This record gives sequence, C-alpha cells and structure tokens, in this order.
Amino acid sequence: MSILEPACYLLFWILVPPLLPGIINRVKAKVAGRQGPPLLQLYYDLCKLWRKNIVLSTLASPGFLIAPTVAWVATLTAAMLIPLAGAGNINPFDGDVILMVYLLALARFCTAWGAMETGSAFEGMGTAREVSFAVLAEIGIITAMLTLIMHSGSITLVNMFIPLSGSNATLLAIGVFILLLAENCRVPFDDPTTHLELTMIHEVMVLDHSGPPWALILHGAAIKLMLFAIILVQIIFPVSEMPLGQSLLWLAGGVLAVTIAVGLVESLIARLAFRRVPLLLTIGFLFCLFPLLLTWMGMSYE
Amino acid sequence: MNDIFHLLIGLVVGLNLLALGTGRLPVLIQAVAGQGVLLGLLPLILKYPHWDWQITLLTLATIAGKGFFIPFLLNRAMRTANISREMEPFIGYIPSLLLGATATIMAVVVTRHLPLLPEHAGSFHVPAAIALILTGFILLIGRVKAISQVCGYLILENGIYLFGLLLLHSTPMLVEFAILLDIIVSVFVIGIIVNRIQRAFDSLDTRKLTTLHE
Repeated sequence: MSILEPACYLLFWILVPPLLPGIINRVKAKVAGRQGPPLLQLYYDLCKLWRKNIVLSTLASPGFLIAPTVAWVATLTAAMLIPLAGAGNINPFDGDVILMVYLLALARFCTAWGAMETGSAFEGMGTAREVSFAVLAEIGIITAMLTLIMHSGSITLVNMFIPLSGSNATLLAIGVFILLLAENCRVPFDDPTTHLELTMIHEVMVLDHSGPPWALILHGAAIKLMLFAIILVQIIFPVSEMPLGQSLLWLAGGVLAVTIAVGLVESLIARLAFRRVPLLLTIGFLFCLFPLLLTWMGMSYE
Repeated sequence: MNDIFHLLIGLVVGLNLLALGTGRLPVLIQAVAGQGVLLGLLPLILKYPHWDWQITLLTLATIAGKGFFIPFLLNRAMRTANISREMEPFIGYIPSLLLGATATIMAVVVTRHLPLLPEHAGSFHVPAAIALILTGFILLIGRVKAISQVCGYLILENGIYLFGLLLLHSTPMLVEFAILLDIIVSVFVIGIIVNRIQRAFDSLDTRKLTTLHE
C-alpha cells in the first residue's frame, strides 16, 4: 500500500465535511425565503479562524488547548475507519467498529474536558447536559451497530454494512437519523445557532474557545456530521456491492439527501422542550432496538 | 400476505409504544383507535383469500367499533371532563416506554418456549398479543387519570382479541360479535363513570377514589 491512498482518505475527510453545514444552512435559508450564506462559508470561517490568535484564560491549563486537538484527531480517526462505499477503508481489522465508538466517546470526553478548563460554571452546565444526553445516545449507536453486526455476522466495518430488509431497514434508518440529530446537536435536541444561555447544550461547552482550537472544534463537528450521514446511507443502500464509481455516486447522493433532510427538519420543527429530550432519545434507542430483536429472531428461526 | 400481516403487527406494536410515551390524551386515544383499525383488518388478511360475508361483517364491525365509535365516546368523555393531559403518572413516560419495550422483548423470548402449533411458531402473532396485554397492564397501573386507564383497558382487550384471532378458523363469529358488543357497552359505562367522577371530585384522578364516603 502506497502512501498515496491514506493521503487521499485523509484529504477527503479534511476537505469535504465542511460542505455539509453549508448545505444545511442553504436549505434553511431557502425554506425561509432568504438568500443565505454561500455554500463554502464554513471554509472561509475556518481559514479566518486559523489565522487568528488564541485568547487564553489565565486559569486554563494546557489541557484547554490539548483537549480540542485530541477531540479533532479522535473524530478524524473514527471517520477514517468508516468505509466509503465501494472504496472500502484503508486498514480494516476485526473489531474496528468498537474502536470507532470509543474514539467518538474520547472526542466527547475531550470536548467536555476542554469546556471545564476555564472554570466557568456555565460551561460546566453545558457539559453536564451534553454528557447526560450522550449516555442515551451512545446506547442507541451501540445498539444500531449491534444490529448490523448481528445481520452481517461480521465485526469489521467494511463488511458490516449489508442493508437490512424491509421494515427493519426503515426502523433502523429512523433510529439512526434521530441519533444523528442528537449526536450532532441538531434541531429537535439542540439549536446550533442559538445563543440563549438556558437552552444551549453543545454550544455552551465551546464558548470560550477561539482561534485555531475553535476552528478544530467546528471542523470536527462537520466531520462527525459527515460520519453519521455516511453510516446512515450505508444502512439503507447496498452501496458496498456496487462498482466503485457508481457506489461513490450513490454515497454522495445519499449524503446530500440526508443533509437536506437535516436542513428541512431544522426549518420545519421547533426544538424540543428541554425535559422531553430524553424521551425522544429513548424513542431513537427503541427504533434501533427493535431491528436488533427482529434480526435476532430471524436468525434463530432460519 | 404474510408480509402485510407482519407490517400490521409491527404498526400495532409501534402504536403501543406511542401510547406509552405520550402524555396527551388525544394522542393516546388516537393510538388506541389506530390499533383498533389495524387489528380489525387482520381477520381479512388471515383468511385471505377465503372471504365470506361473515368475515367482512366482522371486519367492518370491528373497525367501526374500535376505530371510530369507542374513540368517539372517549373523546366526548374527555371534552366533557375538560382535560387533555395526563399530569403526574405513577410511572413516568420514559420508564413506561422502557418497561413496554422490555415487555415486548420478554414476550418474544417467552413465546419461543411456548408449545405453539407449528404454523404459529415463527410469526409475531403470539408475541404481539402478549405485548399488547402487558402494555395494557402498564397503562392501567401507571396512569392516574381515568381516561388513560380506559385506554389501557382497551389495549389489554386488543391483545386478547389478537390472541383470539389464533382460533379464527374454529370460533363462531357470534363470539367475536358478543365480545365487541361487551366492550362498547363497557366503554359506555366507563364514560358515564368518568362523568360522575368528574362531577364528584372535580378531577379525574383515580387516586381520590380510595376514600369511601357514605
């Protein structure tokens, strides 16, 4: 394996994800009848932030800078484990799905750690919320992955994405979509544009970051959105069996559709009352749990 | 036909969870009504393609009764009692959702060990029936408003009806009709009781019914 191939994957995961928030914002703008920011807005923002200085609290330890970096690297590594349709991934190995789940958890831990560094009670509140919702969201993701493992009989991500049949696929897709919204702090759970202190979840954790670390956090969020969108598409469509070009085309189309769906959800649905969030997360978890049950039954009755 | 059967069963179980997770009485009543319609369609699918006038009549009667008439009575009772929300259930919405999911899974697991006829062994018919019955129990136990409890009772009855469909080929239609009539009468009676509770206590909280007065 040459150095070229991993470099391609890395470039893909660095360059493409910031497009997705642009698409979401464009959809929201169109639905609201506005012009909206340019599609590449996040790229401009990232370039601008990268050139800026960092404002450091005197209280913060070096962890304040380390945490976002580790979170970004962990998210990027988790993303590199995800197979890209027919192209597969660089280095598939048994159990990489577990590594992916843990890397995402590590990223979350680091974001929480970075948030607590400045000693702001406000960010501590956001962290507490984020982490307590994560408990429910992570169960859902693990259940979804377990369903795929059960269905395909493999614990390698490359072989795992064999779409389920009929109703199972629908249930799992709805469940994963709900989890996608929760994990990426999109609308019914958290409003990424809000700056109303009492209701913020994710945004409040990253308030004190500035300059390059803030750019890393924004970029990491985009990667995470892309990661979940790709997982969702591969759950629905059997892209891994198609020839390379066609499968990539399907994947791109699917990711675009998911992104537009997120944008539409954001335009059409108001965010949930705060105390109802766990209920929706539980529903998302159940949507993932029932396909697991049905797959398990199907296997045992064969 | 088997696929449609499983789709309907799946929707029925989904409505179960909706009934457990919602705090709004209109949604709860709608869920029960939807279940009634879906369950009403089942005999047609189970007997496909040997339809006769009895089956058609049973289907129509079940859909009309469970899907429209009983929800209409409940809606009216709800409007006269002037409530639309279950305020403080004994068992919260998330715990009852999780309990319901556990009950469904347990139903599936338990059914695998039941001595069923071979034609029923692989399907979701029996697990769904048990899941409906258990959901009915959870609603009956966990909610305090009389109307929610009636909905629990109706879901419980739906489960029994689904169980009874196993014997569709051997029970006389008369039995089914009699059961349907019974439910409608009982919902009538409950509607009246709800009104009386509302008038006597100014609320539908059944916890207030524990103290006896002369």
